[in-house]
Amino acid sequence: MRNEDALATLMRQALEGDKAAYRDFLARAAVDIRAMARRRLPASAQADLEDVVQETLLAIHAKRHTWRPDRPIGPWLAAIARYKAIDAIRRRGARPAEDIADYEHLIAAPEVETVSAHDVQTVLDALPPGQRSVVSAITLEGRSIRETATGFGMSEVAVRVALHRGLAAIRSRMGRTT
Amino acid sequence: MNTDDLIASLADDAAPALPRPARLLGLALVAAVAATAVVFALLLGSVRAEVTNLNGDARLALKFAVTLALVGSAFVLLATLAHPERPRPRAFAILGVPLALLLGGVLLEVAALPAAEIGPALVGSNSLACLVYVPLLGALPLAVLLTALRRAAPTRPALAGLAAGLLAGGIAATAYGTYCPDDSPLFVATWYGLSVGLLALAGAAAGQRILRW
Repeated sequence: MRNEDALATLMRQALEGDKAAYRDFLARAAVDIRAMARRRLPASAQADLEDVVQETLLAIHAKRHTWRPDRPIGPWLAAIARYKAIDAIRRRGARPAEDIADYEHLIAAPEVETVSAHDVQTVLDALPPGQRSVVSAITLEGRSIRETATGFGMSEVAVRVALHRGLAAIRSRMGRTT
Repeated sequence: MNTDDLIASLADDAAPALPRPARLLGLALVAAVAATAVVFALLLGSVRAEVTNLNGDARLALKFAVTLALVGSAFVLLATLAHPERPRPRAFAILGVPLALLLGGVLLEVAALPAAEIGPALVGSNSLACLVYVPLLGALPLAVLLTALRRAAPTRPALAGLAAGLLAGGIAATAYGTYCPDDSPLFVATWYGLSVGLLALAGAAAGQRILRW
């Protein structure tokens, strides 16, 4: 297998301390490991796939001194992947997970609440100018209380109060109109 | 943490921090032998005079051939099981060497001894001492070997522990053999066999618990 030769070469370089080769090795190995774990994990455990991949990579890292450079690397990788997958399945067995698909009918469809940009602008415009600038700086532009305070030359407490009042006003207005 | 970040953080220390398993186990073997020698000196003190001259005594020579063959074969098997790859069935066949030596000795002994002497040869002069001292001598080497195994990557923890128990048993049996006055292959097969079996079981049970990774 050509891929296996490439992996072995990279791992040989990695064991000499070549970080770039090691990163390349781990990235390629992760692809193989993911494929192996996907086949091995039962359908109900597929959600943990990436966890198993990461546990396997950690194990490969911790046990990298146990690969013999004169041996093929495929069986070594596969043995560790198998060991960690079985380990993961066994641990899941101790706390069995339910497949959420069985309970689909019990779970309400998520309610998506959206407000149009126009509505946002309307309620903001209804606020007193001080509250309006504070609320839009924090909620729409994502600035922090401190940044907003320095930006507007206000104390942080004053920003908090304006934000609180502005949001309360918006809540009551939105509550009335919808 | 996503997998790419994990890979990036792992890649920073590429060079391994530990020696290869064969080297680890070689060092552990040296330490195990040294530990056994110390325990032997404290517990039993002296070796039998005949031990320095094996030429005239075929039974004594065979006893050490069996125990040393057990040490060698158990070490080879242990070194295999310390790696994650699935062992080939052939890997276990090496244990046939000490077994064949022992079985050959038993057959020769049964053929050589008159029927009336077979029973006393099997019971020996102190079978209980063998059952006590071999496990006592083997406990520390077993602990040393299991400690080294934790730094390797056995994917069959119980089997690896069993091999460690056999190796510790071989070391302990060799040591006790220099003290024990019973050399008949019948005695060795029975009482040494039982003692080494105890250590192997202890190794398997301990391996099952502490060799997971």
